[in-house]
Amino acid sequence: MTTKELNVAVDAEGFMTDPSQWTPEIAEAMAAEEGIAPLNEKQWQVINWVRQEAASTGEFPSLRSISKRSGVDTKEIYELFPKGPAKKIARCAGYQKPKGCI
Amino acid sequence: MSEERKLAIICSKGSLDMAYPGLVLANAARMMGIEADLFFTFWGMDIITKDKVDHLKVVPVGNPAMHMPQFVGGLPGMTDMATTMMKKEIEKLDMPPVHEFLEMIHDAGCGIYACRMAADMMHLERENLVDEVDDIIGAMEFLERAEGAQLLFI
Repeated sequence: MTTKELNVAVDAEGFMTDPSQWTPEIAEAMAAEEGIAPLNEKQWQVINWVRQEAASTGEFPSLRSISKRSGVDTKEIYELFPKGPAKKIARCAGYQKPKGCI
Repeated sequence: MSEERKLAIICSKGSLDMAYPGLVLANAARMMGIEADLFFTFWGMDIITKDKVDHLKVVPVGNPAMHMPQFVGGLPGMTDMATTMMKKEIEKLDMPPVHEFLEMIHDAGCGIYACRMAADMMHLERENLVDEVDDIIGAMEFLERAEGAQLLFI
């Protein structure tokens, strides 16, 4: 299934506009569009941690806090989500493009 | 995002406030899938020198952004005070200290290079530099690496 077939509301750059509409199926569809499907266990670990963190703080976490606290370090993050991890993680987790500098 | 986009940043200043712009930009580039290289030269060598990296300072003298008379900035203790204040603010922004930042961007795939001439001038060998430094290279080699890159001088 693609994000279009799943009827996901996205902005011009393909980021979900409402994180509460997110489902694991959408994450897989986003991952396919980013060229990293199917998502493996480690990628899910990052996505699940990010969703939990974002839901509790109300803000999308920085890549630095993801690498420090999700149990997946910087090197691995760049391997799991190559060529632009910030954008790829945000898309798969159903959040808008991260605006932070770090 | 164009996959060929590349960024090459020359860091020539070694104060704490001048260390961050290069590090932040290189990290941001990597986060969005842009290739990035950092080239440290002259006073910028302090940023990658083992016994200096954790002791970079913000110097109020000669810095008009401090908005204080020059002689006040020159009083004993003012440099340390400005440095402590800036470090606190940086921490609040979730920015790592300089050495941890170097480690992070290196893990993120950013190249970290030291200038051969500056190293010779300051009598620095490979073992004097932090582990994250990929190599000590000459200006020509840097320019070869930077071919096609957008270049920034800080």
